[in-house]
Amino acid sequence: MGSASTVITEKESQPSRKRVVNDLSIQVATVNGSGSQSANLILLRAIFQMGIPVSGKNLFPSNIEGLPTWFTIRASRRGYIARCAQVDLLVAMNPETAAEDVRGLGPGAAVVYDQKLDLASLRKDLTFYPVPFDSIVAPICPDAKLRKRVRNMIYDGVVAWLLGIDLAELERAVRKQFKRKVKAADLNWKAVLAGYDYAQGNFEKTDPFHVERMNRTQGKILIDGNSAAALGCMFAGVTVVSWYPITPSSSLCESLIDYMKRYRIDRETGKATFGIVQAEDELAAIGMALGAGWGGARAMTSTSGPGLSLMAEFAGLGYYTEIPAVVFDIQRVGPSTGLPTRTAQGDILAAAFLSHGDTCHPLLFPASAEECYGMALEAFDLAEELQTPVFVMSDLDIGMNLWMADPFPYPEKPLERGKVLTAEDLNRLDSFGRYKDTDHDGIPYRTLPGTNHPSAGVVTRGSGHNEMAQYTERPEDYVRNMDRLIRKFETARSLVPRAVIEDEPEANFGIVACGSSHWAVMEARDQLREEYGLNASYCRVRAFPFDTGVRNFIQRCRRVYVVDQNRDGQLCSLLRLDAEPADTVKLRSVRHYKGLPIDARTLTNSIISLEAPA
Amino acid sequence: MSVTTIPSPAPRKVNRIGLDAAAYRGSKTTLCAGCGHNAITERLIEAFYELGIEPYRVAKLSGIGCSSKTPAYFLGSASGFNAVHGRMPSIATGAVLANRTLITVGVSGDGDTASIGIGQFVHLMRRNLPVIYIIEDNGCYGLTKGQFSATADLGSKLKTGVINDLPPIDTCALAIELGATYVARSFSGDKKQLLPLIEGAVAHNGTAMLDVISPCVTFNDHDGSTKSYSYVKDHEAPLEDVSFVPFFEDITVDYEPGTAKEVALYDGSRLVLRKLPEGYDPTDKVQALRVLNEAQEKGEVVTGLLYANSQRPTFIDLLNLVDEPLCQLPESRVRPPRSVLDEVMEELR
Ligand SMILES: Cc1ncc(C[n+]2csc(CCOP(=O)(O)OP(=O)(O)O)c2C)c(N)n1
Ligand code: SF4
Repeated sequence: MGSASTVITEKESQPSRKRVVNDLSIQVATVNGSGSQSANLILLRAIFQMGIPVSGKNLFPSNIEGLPTWFTIRASRRGYIARCAQVDLLVAMNPETAAEDVRGLGPGAAVVYDQKLDLASLRKDLTFYPVPFDSIVAPICPDAKLRKRVRNMIYDGVVAWLLGIDLAELERAVRKQFKRKVKAADLNWKAVLAGYDYAQGNFEKTDPFHVERMNRTQGKILIDGNSAAALGCMFAGVTVVSWYPITPSSSLCESLIDYMKRYRIDRETGKATFGIVQAEDELAAIGMALGAGWGGARAMTSTSGPGLSLMAEFAGLGYYTEIPAVVFDIQRVGPSTGLPTRTAQGDILAAAFLSHGDTCHPLLFPASAEECYGMALEAFDLAEELQTPVFVMSDLDIGMNLWMADPFPYPEKPLERGKVLTAEDLNRLDSFGRYKDTDHDGIPYRTLPGTNHPSAGVVTRGSGHNEMAQYTERPEDYVRNMDRLIRKFETARSLVPRAVIEDEPEANFGIVACGSSHWAVMEARDQLREEYGLNASYCRVRAFPFDTGVRNFIQRCRRVYVVDQNRDGQLCSLLRLDAEPADTVKLRSVRHYKGLPIDARTLTNSIISLEAPA
Repeated sequence: MSVTTIPSPAPRKVNRIGLDAAAYRGSKTTLCAGCGHNAITERLIEAFYELGIEPYRVAKLSGIGCSSKTPAYFLGSASGFNAVHGRMPSIATGAVLANRTLITVGVSGDGDTASIGIGQFVHLMRRNLPVIYIIEDNGCYGLTKGQFSATADLGSKLKTGVINDLPPIDTCALAIELGATYVARSFSGDKKQLLPLIEGAVAHNGTAMLDVISPCVTFNDHDGSTKSYSYVKDHEAPLEDVSFVPFFEDITVDYEPGTAKEVALYDGSRLVLRKLPEGYDPTDKVQALRVLNEAQEKGEVVTGLLYANSQRPTFIDLLNLVDEPLCQLPESRVRPPRSVLDEVMEELR
């Protein structure tokens, strides 16, 4: 195909530009179900293996096949792994969105595209690289059924040539992706090479984007937050898991099932040291977790917004009857079904006060894969120490995207099983009151069903109960119990993970954020300093109830920007409830709720516009 | 100083493990006098006493309703969980997974099971989780003052004159259809039948579902009600006379050969069924469903052991759980060694 070799470059509109090295963002636009995921992960992994900090974000529709999907890979020598709104290199594989994708690019971007799409006429300020995918793939892959997938590997080769990705790393990434399927790996590698050769033979590189080997990823792993959380659960010794499928939470329990089948089958007997149940719905899922927690097992469930709503009544029961359980909420965009495959932090308030009456729950906010693992471990300890459901508030961005992480440390602390009385303990005690505040920390003692002692048996009930767990409607009993519960919540303040605080000596203001917002905040602080000369202290909240450090941080700051990935400024509201009354006026809400992970530029701009209103 | 002779105390009556009946009682009932639920509580007390089961081995679970209050009234030293309306099955599932050695008794109402709780009910039956599930079935919501539940019969009338114009859900038919492996219907007032059925349920391994008609004397025990004492007495069609022979007793039961059938239970106990109608075989699923259907058409309440199957694996078998309760596994068995984490980390590099 002679015409395939035309290279269209618009040199007039692009004065010679400086090389841009290890600071770029690639976007691959494809159709859902076209099998591009492997090609994208291979590209990401090859860059990672070259020692360049990298992140990948999959923007996918709620659909199995046919709707547009975008995958963004960001390589950043400075280690920025938040989403970057700017795209430098577009791989346009989706005929439906190609024109719009091209129109959305900033000047100077490069476009690799399927030659059939004829995109080059759309813009004069971009660099276009047309690739005849069909004619390249046909001779390599005679099997027409496989062709659709293998075709994607060609852009890996083209991009590798354009950016200067090391071919040896690319091959290693291909072989890692296909693991033991050698034939598939060979076929796909052939396609990568064909793309590479095509680019080498037909293009003249005129865009400025390059990658070069560096050493900032050595020793690191690549993992999605949900798998990381699953590992945490396994090493926390979880024994009962109940779940109901929902994006973006399903992959947490699915990878947990894989890990548990590999590592938690008893050697001698071949039997499972765990029970995992796909429940009939989320009401049952949390019911089973609470039943198991009541029975003395380490129990959990995992869900997302709609499921969280269904769990409300049981969450209140767990709070009021004081039963441990761990609930993962991998947040997505609501309300209702919302944008089920897009990310948000929209469940913070719902989870904090889930259920009716006066109810409140400890929340943990992991910001990274490391913290998904670490906080999973901590959540089980906390749930049993505090005897209450604990919510781990991850989100789609952390949960389903791949993240660079330091290898996880093996847990050094033994399992913390909380205040459980055995028959021997009961023999030593004069009396046992299930809801008595013996230690003045609000946390009572419990017994487990099946304990062989005449005073071990307790009827746990969601109706009013006194210190002896007997039914009561007496006002004094009710008030005493409710006041003890809030004392317990105060105790939680000192047990939950502390906020991470970075004070700037000459701070202009403070920033508070939680969870996945962290990466954009990190980058935005640099932008604020380098571009505007503004210093921002930073408090990354890691749990609710907030530890005292959070209150003190707000007190120290002149103004505080609270970053939320939701419309209503939910973290900000929660802080307002907790802050000293005089400090509440300092809190300024900065919100991002487009369904895309928050990016630094948007955040910087929002803060600047509030700092110096036009 | 006068000398009085103290009469030697009557020997205290105790069971097989040396406990007296008081050890099987709970706190005093707060239900209406004459409520059918109280009679069922009495049978539960007798059953556990007679079987000589240590109360601490039992877990008593329930939802919400008058019926669901009853776990407080038996086996006072056993642990119990009075949960939320209609969701006892999920609590039971978790509790059994946590500790498979517990003898788990779930008590529910017809509203708690067949209305709000039907979703969890059917899935529990389907899983054949080893629990005893008792529906105290009065055809109405006692605790919220007498509204119809989903087991109310077509045409039955509330005290207020409201007539039910929807067909009932037959919880026994559903349970059989879905895979429960011990399904019976009885009447709270029928001591002789209910006791062995409960004892058989305790001995069974798998889901044992007992639908016990239990009149609500306050809201649903009048002429228009089909779940009243008088209606059931007049329309009851027992399938068989039931006797229970626990595993520790090996007496011969008095029955005419050829008219009785034995059902062997998991722990070695047996239920001996003396037939009333010709040829009833409780292992025949299709027949069980037909008998229920026919009774329904005739406006009869068929009682007895409708269906039993000791072959079907339980949920615990399917999950291939270790023999010890999961809640008692030590850290060394639930936290994999460092080498496992190293291996996983290596794969992710
Ligand atoms: C979610 C919820 N909805 C409604 C109620 C109110 N409620 C309490 S008991 C009950 C009905 C109980 O009827 P049933 O299960 O038949 O038991 P009975 O009282 O007749 O024994 C209802 C509707 C509740 N407790 N929870
Ligand atoms: S209202 Fe009916 S069901 Fe409730 S206790 Fe009274 S008689 Fe029993």
